[in-house]
Amino acid sequence: MLHIVNKSPYEKTSLASCLAHARKGGAVLLIEDAVYAATRGSVAEAALRRAMQDVAVYALGPDLEARGIKGKVMDGVTVVDFGGFVDLVAEHRTNQSWL
Amino acid sequence: MKFGLLINEGPYNHQAADTAYKFARAALAKGHEIRRVFFYNDGVNNATRLTEPPQDDRHIVNRWSKLAEEGGIDLVVCVAAGLRRGLVEDNLAPGFRISGLGQLVEAGIEADRLVVFGD
Amino acid sequence: MTDTRDEIDAEEGAGVVKKFMFVNRKAPYGTIYALESLEVVLISAAFDQDVSLAFLDDGVYQLVKGQDTKAIEVKNFSPTYRALEGYDVEKLYVERESLAARGLTEDDLLVPVQVVSAAEMAELMEAQDVVIGF
Repeated sequence: MLHIVNKSPYEKTSLASCLAHARKGGAVLLIEDAVYAATRGSVAEAALRRAMQDVAVYALGPDLEARGIKGKVMDGVTVVDFGGFVDLVAEHRTNQSWL
Repeated sequence: MKFGLLINEGPYNHQAADTAYKFARAALAKGHEIRRVFFYNDGVNNATRLTEPPQDDRHIVNRWSKLAEEGGIDLVVCVAAGLRRGLVEDNLAPGFRISGLGQLVEAGIEADRLVVFGD
Repeated sequence: MTDTRDEIDAEEGAGVVKKFMFVNRKAPYGTIYALESLEVVLISAAFDQDVSLAFLDDGVYQLVKGQDTKAIEVKNFSPTYRALEGYDVEKLYVERESLAARGLTEDDLLVPVQVVSAAEMAELMEAQDVVIGF
């Protein structure tokens, strides 16, 4: 299952809740303000790194670029463009937006 | 593959409508079909033709209308959500149509994937 | 709440039964999402789909007993959850961890539900065809 998160982890609990429900083999895509969770040295990094043991983590490149943090993405996060977003949705039988 | 999109936020206030639009364009570019885009909650405000953003800003409403015209995409505005917010036939932008919530459920049934964009 | 158009649409979509889950993670009244989610649930019932509702995070507050909205002049839609059974919507899953984190128990809820763990909820989500969260 593909989980899509669009909230900053510092403002809302969406990412934490998503990670508590993402099952082994699933994927998490960070878009919009959720891309802030993908930055190195942040307090969100540890949780995301733990999650990566079970799920693949992606971040939407255009949202990273817009926010000036493309160079700060932590290792292990795969950056995708909108085409990659479409591919992720197509590749997973189900998806869920954690709004 | 057939995609259905649900948009629950209005334009400009939240990025959801922009993300959904970019997703739709990327899906079409990859040869996928957009079965329907359904506008619900404040998302119905994507469909008002009275929208006039400043010259240097993107025109979110016209962008949808153009998408409908070019790709024959079915843009459906929820009648009940629209009425709540003053969105009726009189101020509906080209390419949109107003219909019932059943159209959302139908999109969920008919599309291979339904993706929700909101806040 | 079903209009004629939706009944026609329901006939067109006849035959296909998908598993639809509506995920409720937001509290009522502060925003409209809980109410408009409920409206989609009622319509989906007319399409004879396999519908379930998930309540987690602040979504569990939607089901709390004793809601009285008179003083804020907003429609109290909580009785509708009790009417869902009449629409053949009987799968209401509430996450145990979310209740506990908010000092709530099953006794605080206004309708019979199935209380499940976060792990069970994750499993239920994965088993769906369409997951709609508001």
